[in-house]
Amino acid sequence: MKAEKLDYPTEPRRHYLNADYGVMSWLFTVDHKRIALLYLGTITVMFFIGGAAAVLFRLELATPQGDVVISETYNKLFSAHGIIMVFFFLIPSIPATLGNFLVPMMIGARDLAFPRLNLLSWYLLVIGAVFALGAVLAGGVDTGWTFYTPYSSVYSNTFVVVTIIGVFLAGFSSILTGLNFIVTIHTMRAPGLTWFRLPLFIWAHYATSMINLLGTPVVAITLGLVVLEGVFGLGIFNPTLGGDPVLFQHLFWFYSHPAVYIMVLPSMGVVSEVITCFSRKRIFSYRFVAFSSIAIAVLGFLVWGHHMFVSGQSLYASMIFSLLSMFVAIPSAVKVFNWTATLYGGSISYATPLLYGLGFIGLFTVGGLTGVLIASLGVNVHVHDTYFIVAHFHYIMVGGALMGYLGGLHYWWPKISGRIYPEGWAKFAALIIFVGFNLTFFPQFILGYLGMPRRYHVYPEEFQVLNVMSSAGASILGIGYIIPMIYLVWSMRYGKPAGANPWGSTGLEWQTPSPPPTYNFEKTPIITREVYDYRKQESHG
Amino acid sequence: MAEVPRAVAHHFDDFAQQHEASTLGMWAFLVTEIMFFGGMFLGYLIYRGSYPGAFAEASNHMDIILGTINTAVLIASSLTVVLSVHAAHEDKQKALLIFLALTVFLGLVFLGIKFTEYAHKFDEQLFPGMNFRYDGENPRHAAIFFSFYFAMTGLHALHMVIGIGIFLVLMVSAWRGRYSKHYFTPVEMSGLYWHFVDVVWIFLFPLFYLLGRHS
Repeated sequence: MKAEKLDYPTEPRRHYLNADYGVMSWLFTVDHKRIALLYLGTITVMFFIGGAAAVLFRLELATPQGDVVISETYNKLFSAHGIIMVFFFLIPSIPATLGNFLVPMMIGARDLAFPRLNLLSWYLLVIGAVFALGAVLAGGVDTGWTFYTPYSSVYSNTFVVVTIIGVFLAGFSSILTGLNFIVTIHTMRAPGLTWFRLPLFIWAHYATSMINLLGTPVVAITLGLVVLEGVFGLGIFNPTLGGDPVLFQHLFWFYSHPAVYIMVLPSMGVVSEVITCFSRKRIFSYRFVAFSSIAIAVLGFLVWGHHMFVSGQSLYASMIFSLLSMFVAIPSAVKVFNWTATLYGGSISYATPLLYGLGFIGLFTVGGLTGVLIASLGVNVHVHDTYFIVAHFHYIMVGGALMGYLGGLHYWWPKISGRIYPEGWAKFAALIIFVGFNLTFFPQFILGYLGMPRRYHVYPEEFQVLNVMSSAGASILGIGYIIPMIYLVWSMRYGKPAGANPWGSTGLEWQTPSPPPTYNFEKTPIITREVYDYRKQESHG
Repeated sequence: MAEVPRAVAHHFDDFAQQHEASTLGMWAFLVTEIMFFGGMFLGYLIYRGSYPGAFAEASNHMDIILGTINTAVLIASSLTVVLSVHAAHEDKQKALLIFLALTVFLGLVFLGIKFTEYAHKFDEQLFPGMNFRYDGENPRHAAIFFSFYFAMTGLHALHMVIGIGIFLVLMVSAWRGRYSKHYFTPVEMSGLYWHFVDVVWIFLFPLFYLLGRHS
């Protein structure tokens, strides 16, 4: 089926995509690569639904008056956007698609340690998504994605319980994926593949999985308690029954702050791979980049209080949380500096994945530095719950996590589909996304600094210009997301055949044909060198 | 590797690798479970710190005799689990089946006693949210105590139900002679889970029944 010279041209090569046909062969597959594609389809659908909600409320915000939707609908729109994007797109995005596909391949294994558990994870996500979307269709939720009590308990008149069940199931999906990754990375590495020969993508996923195992169950039980409160009238977070709503915030952010690192760490793994490959150099200081992932995961658990500076937390606790939050900047900066140093003196080729990688570095730096800013107490009180916060976390979650996801998708697309995507279109889309993103979210920094609060559908007239800029940027961004969707699907059928290693990468996943055979490698590879050994590859020809 | 080809899944090299993966996976799962229960333990401890008097008083409403019996039943079931794992290691099929059945039996006894206790609490109107009635001081704070009591022991009981289900499946497989000294991973992993559920109870029992009791 390929244009390459094959020794046996009469019979197409067997690989994971044509190993079996029919819907059932997909719905009951235990092949990690097929499950990755199931996830890819699911989260793409969720992404566009979450995006549609954003389109609606950006439309509303184009004028200062509330002329498109009433405030109640507006609340439901931003809640739906947040819940869908966070729990059903960003958290599963890279781990469940690229991670699922690549973790076994990068370590020379035939599959994840628990293939059926992997399939179960996908079903949990899908069932969770059905619950969450069902709640949206039935009338929506107006709590915001944070489900703060008492909005979500005593004063809730929307479909909070159904939505929480959906989030709960999605949470268990990510726990089981994390568990699978940790066990696979520990027990199934190919002979000779020591820890310090692992790709940094694997280190990033290991750190992410640690957060999944330790953080996600806490938010699961917390949301479970909210459901018990709603259904049985228990009073754990209800002040009229003696409970404390602030306890909910503590428990929620204990997971939901680390959850930001669940979203961004895998992206950092992608960027490490992409930058080494397209600058043809070893990563600068491998161990620092590897351990900075672990450091981010560990520190991420110690900073949740910075979401609660105005929630009546003690001042001394706030000071400690403020200081600890700034510590997270250290491992993050280690990564940014090491990537830059890797680029320095490399023979760089500006392919699309690298464009996304560079976009990540720039946008993540803006998001990270504003993060340090709002981690300091005084500034935080000033900009708390304003668009400054919204802009900050979109620079991390969209500018960081989503850029990494798109870069990774382009980088490994030839491996996944066996085809090359159209490079010109891809570069064009990357540019559109970068411009659209900045036009959408940079004005929000200014809006927030000037004092526009988040979560309102009407605003004073002097904010209109910046809001119109933001809405215009969102339209450009939306187009930017649709373009890759079209050409990636197109390339699955009409793209040029990719060959095993179109980028000339040293990674193990590129040493097997594209698309890979069902068991990934003809025979278990034996690893004798470090992973980013680009000089050696040159001399070997 | 050639010993038990059927029991080793396709993606593992040999039994040792598969066993190692399963063991690590189970421990990782138990870590998750600790965090899962941990959220509620944290909540309990915070409110215990805030309302020590009300919690101590409310704990007098626990049925200490049934609670103690249940603790003994669970510890005994942990013993039968260990014996069943041992029997699998030693290739003693009959003993394996007997100890698995005993575990299921003890689990059911525990649940039976637990539901008797729940029924009493409902009769005494001590279930918060549904016409809760409490004569002592600070009924609102006592309601928090009972909220945690039902939420935590309820979640524990749910884990018991799942555990009993798992052991019933193990019994069917043991009946068919699937386990031997060459392949005992499921028995051992389910045992780990059962012990974990027991350990949770070892913490729940003093927190609800013993601490601050003064009758």
